Amino acid sequence: MLETYLKLIWAYLKIGLFGFGGGYAMLSLIQREVVDSGWITSQMFTDIVAISQMTPGPIGINSATYIGYVVTGSVFGSIVATLTVVLPPFILTLIASHYIERHRQSPFIKGAFMGLRPVVVGLIASAALLLMNSENFGYLNSERMITIAICVASFCIVYFTRIHPILVIILAGITGLLVF
Amino acid sequence: MQLTDKRESTSGLYLQLFLTFCKIGAFTFGGGWAMISIIQREIVEKHKWIALDEFLDLLAVAQSMPGILAVNISVVVGDRLKGLKGSICAALGTIMPSFLMILAIAIFLTPDTIKNNAVVSRIFKGIRPAVVALIIAPVLTTAKSAGINWKTIIIPVTVALLIYSKLPYISNPIIFIVLGAIGGYIYYLRSLMKGDNGENGGNEANREEVESHA
Repeated sequence: MLETYLKLIWAYLKIGLFGFGGGYAMLSLIQREVVDSGWITSQMFTDIVAISQMTPGPIGINSATYIGYVVTGSVFGSIVATLTVVLPPFILTLIASHYIERHRQSPFIKGAFMGLRPVVVGLIASAALLLMNSENFGYLNSERMITIAICVASFCIVYFTRIHPILVIILAGITGLLVF
Repeated sequence: MQLTDKRESTSGLYLQLFLTFCKIGAFTFGGGWAMISIIQREIVEKHKWIALDEFLDLLAVAQSMPGILAVNISVVVGDRLKGLKGSICAALGTIMPSFLMILAIAIFLTPDTIKNNAVVSRIFKGIRPAVVALIIAPVLTTAKSAGINWKTIIIPVTVALLIYSKLPYISNPIIFIVLGAIGGYIYYLRSLMKGDNGENGGNEANREEVESHA
């Protein structure tokens, strides 16, 4: 049990410490830690992302809370994972805010962020690629026709209109209920 | 002095910080960026805790740190008002609503429920491909805002494919985050020496880093 907790803490320390570029960019990092380690399936990971989208709050927190509970089976595990993911940024942000002038002038921060911008695009793309699998799109060809159609339609709505993503998820859920 | 007079000097401010960020955490969907305007409205306009230009400075610090943006913003605001204790109150406030909600979901909507309940499993079958679409869309929008062109597209493509490859070690996202930061820094220093303003910085050096690694 202690080992599970230590692994959980280690995983979420890394996620908190290297989570640059916002929620979507953190996904591949989270996925690597929690899916590749065998804690949850890729399908479950997608479900957690969906739940995160539909509930308020940042996905980094939501995934920690959910996975902390699932992995340890206790509320305490949930608390541990959630606090762990905010601890490294909490300390770093607190320090940086005390040296705000020096921080703003820092050539490292300026340069690092220029370099991170294109990397963040790749991080988000990798998360999308990793989730394009049979667990999420179905194993049967007949299912795949429908799921790919849902994916393309959802993309068009999100990218070309101002319709809220939550509405897109709800519509996709209703579609799933009707056609599967 | 005037600013401090406006703030409640008692411990009531701790509670108010907690509750204000609770409210922000409870009513904003979609994380960081969506939260900024709401946080600004609460902190700058409604409570007048911090002036706008100072808020923007603090925001810049919060954005440049890793982790969850909304939490980072609450940390700098809480710290600015009430020091360490203030930042703890504000951060806990931001976390609390989503923590409680997701915990309830984790307890009642277990993986087994999703799989075994006929209705729920059909709903999620429809939702999953939509979630993938929700992640593809920001790839394009962030590529645009990062100014990715035909020369620099090699960076995100290399990063994405290597992570996707699941090869040992080299597929770890942390590698690319570290390389990107170091590469950007080197490029920025070089462009400073050349006397450029370092506008499209990072990309070239970063590309070299990524390529040499690949």
